[in-house]
Amino acid sequence: MAKQIFYEDIQVGSEVTTLEKIATTRMLVQYAGASGDFNPLHYEEDFAKNLGVGRPIVHGLLKRAWLVNLMTDWIGQDGTLRKLSCRYRGMDYPRKMKGFEDPMDGDTWYCKGKVTKKNDADHTVECEIWVENSKGEKNTTGAATAILPSKAK
Amino acid sequence: MAVFTVTDSLKQLIGQKEPPVVFKVEEGAIQRYAQAVGDKNPQHSDVEWAANSKWGRVMAPPGFMGWPISTGFNLFKLFEKLMKAGAPMGLLDGGVEYDFLAPIGAGDILVAEIMVAGIEGRETKMGPTMVTTLQSTYTNQRGAVVLVVRNTFLNF
Repeated sequence: MAKQIFYEDIQVGSEVTTLEKIATTRMLVQYAGASGDFNPLHYEEDFAKNLGVGRPIVHGLLKRAWLVNLMTDWIGQDGTLRKLSCRYRGMDYPRKMKGFEDPMDGDTWYCKGKVTKKNDADHTVECEIWVENSKGEKNTTGAATAILPSKAK
Repeated sequence: MAVFTVTDSLKQLIGQKEPPVVFKVEEGAIQRYAQAVGDKNPQHSDVEWAANSKWGRVMAPPGFMGWPISTGFNLFKLFEKLMKAGAPMGLLDGGVEYDFLAPIGAGDILVAEIMVAGIEGRETKMGPTMVTTLQSTYTNQRGAVVLVVRNTFLNF
């Protein structure tokens, strides 16, 4: 795990450490089981086609979970995530599997963020956050607020 | 293309609370969730590590809760009700907004109260679209509100 960051280390414009993810059909099934979201849109080819999205798409909620993961990894064990919001603006398609564990070639997703505001009164930082695919499309965008530990206390 | 018109029978559902759902936050469920989303923080998966942490137990990653059906709430039944009242059949998740008010960990017993907070008609690239906001409030066994979530859904 990365070393703890402190409120004083961060400036407006600082980047949140990028987190890389690869969505696969296997991961979508695993996420369905773990979250209880069994919407066939995320694993059934014909169902997805009939809904007009082409083929099964990555759960918006999984991309949201990646953004939570982006923030909690960055703020460390002593940081506290206070708020997070995101919007799903476009579809992302998982890689198919070529073996039990290995995905085929395809998209990689980069979870990124940037600090937009610091509040000295309560040591919170506000960030814009997003998930970007290999084509550079930002299909999930949002914002987060976290409390960081202070060196001063 | 046109804006979706919110019918009177849909308007009647705004502000209606669903029966509260009570559920226990299970350690194994947290571990499986963390594994599925690829969150490697030992606070969510390593029982021994977590026992020696400041929380003393496995804690849920933010966002573990906040999807109504992970509480056992039947979201699809609610959408069937909305569809009977005139909501279009296509359903997509539009987004989410969380207020994380206090940590949630293994063994907590939460009460989730879910209501339809708003229904609006819009036009999107999917055509006439109904935008529904569900608000869920989670209270723990000590009576503290730990989480407020607003989920947005698109019916088209």
